[in-house]
Amino acid sequence: MNRLTLLFSAAICFLALPSQAQQVEVIKLPELQKRLSRATDTTYVVNFWATWCAPCVKELPYFDQLTTTYAKQKVKVLLVSMDYASQLDKKVKPFVLKRGLKSEVVLLNEPDPNTYLNKIDAKWSGALPFTMLVNNAKSKRATFEKEFTAEELQKQLQAFL
Amino acid sequence: MKKILPLLAAYLVLALSSFIMLRPDVVGYQVGDKVVDFKLKNVDGKLVSLADNKAAKGYIVVFTCNTCPYAQAYESRILALHQKYASQGYPVVAINPNDPSVAPGDSFAEMQKRAKAKQYGFPYLQDETQQIAKQYGATRTPHLYVVARQGADFVVRYIGAIDDNSEDATLVKTKYLENAMTDILAGKPATVNSTKAIGCSIKWKRA
Repeated sequence: MNRLTLLFSAAICFLALPSQAQQVEVIKLPELQKRLSRATDTTYVVNFWATWCAPCVKELPYFDQLTTTYAKQKVKVLLVSMDYASQLDKKVKPFVLKRGLKSEVVLLNEPDPNTYLNKIDAKWSGALPFTMLVNNAKSKRATFEKEFTAEELQKQLQAFL
Repeated sequence: MKKILPLLAAYLVLALSSFIMLRPDVVGYQVGDKVVDFKLKNVDGKLVSLADNKAAKGYIVVFTCNTCPYAQAYESRILALHQKYASQGYPVVAINPNDPSVAPGDSFAEMQKRAKAKQYGFPYLQDETQQIAKQYGATRTPHLYVVARQGADFVVRYIGAIDDNSEDATLVKTKYLENAMTDILAGKPATVNSTKAIGCSIKWKRA
C-alpha cells in the first residue's frame, strides 16, 4: 500500500466518523414515556416525523436549528422517526447523515398505533407531522398536529422558556 | 367601557374563528352522527352520492390518496374489503381529499390512472373543495368511516383504522374494521367503534 492510498483511507475514516457519532436508537414506547416524564426544568421539543412524510421533511430543519439556537438554554430537541424499524439502515440513518442532523434522533418501533398513540397524547389522531412541547417542572404541555414554520415554532417554544 | 365592549366582542369572534381555522380536526363526525350526503366527481367523470346506490345497507367510506405510503400500503387491503363487504351490502367508497397543488400526484388525472391500473371496483372520488373531509373530521390518509343506513339517513358506526399492522398484512393481529363489520352486520353496535392509525396528514389547501 503506498502512502497516498494510506492517506486517502485515513481521510475516508475521518469523514466517516460523524456518521458514527449520530446514532439512531430504536426505542419502544416505555422508553419514550420515561424520557418525557422526567421531572426536570428542561423543555422537550418532540417532533414525530418520517422520511416518507413530505411536510415533516420540510419542517425538520426548523426543529434541528433549535438545538443550535438554544444550546445554552434548557431545551432538548428529540426527533422521533415513525419509519418502520426495517427501514433503519436503508432510509433513516442515511437521511440523518445526509441532513447532518444535530439533534437526537430515535426510531419508535411499535406496530399498533391504536395502542400507543393515546399513550403518547390523546389528542393525536395519528397524522404526521405531530409535535409536543413538554416542560414537566413547569407542568406545561402543548401539542400540535400540523406543519410549522420556523417563526411559529420559535414563538411556541418561547412561551415555554 | 361602552367603547371597549364591541372591541372585546370582535376580539372574541376573531379568536374563536382563528381557533377553528387552525384546527379543522376538532370538528367532525363522531360515532352515532348522521352524515350529510355528498355529490363528488368519480374517476369516470360521473357524480356520486351515498343515496345513489339504493341496495346499499351502508358504505365503507375511505379517505385515501395516491401519494401517501400508508395509503399505498393499505391499498390492496382496501380492495379486499370491497371484495368482502360489497356483496354483504357495504361497498367501499374512496375519497381523495388532497389538494393537487400541494400533492401533484393526487390530481384528478393521476387518480384516474391509479384507479384503472389497480382496477378499483369502487368509486374513487375527488373532494375538490375538501368540504367532505372537513365535515367527516378526517385528518389523515387512510382514514375510514363505516356508515349504515337508518331510514332515510346514513349514520356513522365506526371510525378509524383497518388493522394493527400497516407494514405487513401477514403480521396483523387485530382486524379492527372487520371486527366492527362483524358486529354491524349482526345488527349490533361495534364493540370497538373508534381506533387510531398513523397516516399522512391530509394536504389542505394553503390559505
